[in-house]
Amino acid sequence: MGAFRVERATRESRAFAAVLILGMLVLASLPYWGGSGNMRLISEMAYYLALAQLWNLLAGYAGLVSVGQQAFVGIGAYTLFYLSSELDLHPLLALALAAPICALMSIPMALLIFRLRGAYFAVGTWVLAETLQLAVSLITPLGAGSGMTLTPAVVRQIAPDRAGREMIVYWISLAIAIVVSTIVYLLLRSKHGLALTAIRDSERASESLGVDTYRTKLMIYVVTAACTGILGAFIFLQKLRLSPEAGFSINDWTVVVIFMVVIGGIGTLEGPIIGMLIYFVLREFLADYGTWYLILLGVVAVAIMLRAREGIWGLVAHKFNLHLFSVRRYLTR
Amino acid sequence: MNWVQIVVQGGLLGGLYALFAIGLSLSFGIMRLVNIAHGDLIVLSAYIGLMVINATGVHPVATLIVVVPVMFVLGYVLQRALLNQTLTGGLLPPLLVTFGISVIIENVLLQGFGADNRRLQAGAIETSSFEIGGLAVGVYPLIVFATAVVCIAGLQLLFYRTALGRAFRATSDDAETAELMGIDNRHLYALGLGIAMVFTALAGILMAIRTNFDPAAGPIRLIFAFEAVIIGGLGSLWGTLLGGMVLGIAQAIGAALSPTWQILAGHIAFLIILLVRPSGFFPRTRD
Repeated sequence: MGAFRVERATRESRAFAAVLILGMLVLASLPYWGGSGNMRLISEMAYYLALAQLWNLLAGYAGLVSVGQQAFVGIGAYTLFYLSSELDLHPLLALALAAPICALMSIPMALLIFRLRGAYFAVGTWVLAETLQLAVSLITPLGAGSGMTLTPAVVRQIAPDRAGREMIVYWISLAIAIVVSTIVYLLLRSKHGLALTAIRDSERASESLGVDTYRTKLMIYVVTAACTGILGAFIFLQKLRLSPEAGFSINDWTVVVIFMVVIGGIGTLEGPIIGMLIYFVLREFLADYGTWYLILLGVVAVAIMLRAREGIWGLVAHKFNLHLFSVRRYLTR
Repeated sequence: MNWVQIVVQGGLLGGLYALFAIGLSLSFGIMRLVNIAHGDLIVLSAYIGLMVINATGVHPVATLIVVVPVMFVLGYVLQRALLNQTLTGGLLPPLLVTFGISVIIENVLLQGFGADNRRLQAGAIETSSFEIGGLAVGVYPLIVFATAVVCIAGLQLLFYRTALGRAFRATSDDAETAELMGIDNRHLYALGLGIAMVFTALAGILMAIRTNFDPAAGPIRLIFAFEAVIIGGLGSLWGTLLGGMVLGIAQAIGAALSPTWQILAGHIAFLIILLVRPSGFFPRTRD
């Protein structure tokens, strides 16, 4: 005893952390040298990365394959619009409140759909999201079917001029992506992360070793809901216009995110990053082809699930034995 | 407002939902597969029917002669070539592969047919009705309902009276032991999805005569099928019929209150039943 140590970081993971911090600093300075078009693209990449990390945490680690995360994007967005437009709260305070409100809403939702197992859970989350969308489109204070708009008076509270607003909104997107990714990273490094990895690998075995799978899953579901909600609020703070179809869109907030995670590599932290980058590169070249582009994404995702289940990052990690995030434990002498 | 009339109409609509649900129920019962592309396959059947009508001008019901075998072969090949590979390795592969197939089908249909609403014209039968005890009963909804009853009765016979049915039940109970007894599971699973697709084809054509459809119409059909299966109880075909009727009646009551409430009322009924009776009315299968 005493001769072995548990190591978390590897040489690559330390180097990668340095690169990551450097990259963040470069991105944070973008408003001073990049155009507003670049800022919009980077902030879109940032929130999609965060959505992908959250879905990966749910499906890749906790085994909760949800196709209803658009529910929390919608709730978060409506929280922002209602609190800032109707109750005159500062929009950034309303944005922050989207997290606790989504967390509160997610608990009764979880108690209901956790009765469904496996793939039926997936369809159950979808029904919940559909139900919320239909319900919201009947509620008059939320603008019913036609939706809501953030007025210039509300938006000016963030910053009086357009350039200042763009800068603040851009930094918020970076901050949210970093905070969400850090939460996922720290969760996976904690003892909950150990439980989650065990659940990912075998739910039954982890249960028999004393992991409270129900509570662990419930916690993950609620944390993910809170983070997805604040992302939803942020996304529509940028768009300024919210309708039930846009807020609860399964294609924009769930389908695309699932493709990113599956193609990049589910069940790793690196996978969603790779998947997000691939998605944006493909979109840059193929977006003009509309439906063909979605068909191609579908074919690639199916092929990856059949031939390389750990995605593109899985292939890289096996080939070079490379792990960039120190969430694993190594036994060394 | 005549509530008895509404309940009868909703119950008959449940026959269509039961037809949606049979394919989903069969693939779960036999392969333990939850086919996310199920709704899109229903809509695909309707479009194949449309193509047959455009090419030959026959009555929509006559297209079944083509649509049913085409969908059977498609189901067999889909299971044999793709889905059998996903049976090992847990929950994610089958779920995400069928999810990918769903997106592919929807966009291929959009590419091929555009986003327009379509409908298959079946003539006078669509609107004719008769009166019984003061209630107006639509002929076409009654035919659809009767079709659902006949299909379920036929499947019960298949499962409990034939050698193939015995093989299906054996594989469903214990796939490995069934294989040891000489059953070729890969062939059997492929037959399973093929048979499920026969009912999907039927559901697609009967749906297309009753309502408008477009390439994006699949997911809501999957949800209706899923709600009927869960309300009825996993694995019970007669339960599925009851589940479809509960869903249809809830929707009819919702629609009577206000047209915007139709679908929402169905979802709410489903969620209430999930809350008070999570395993449905006739639970059979444990997953």
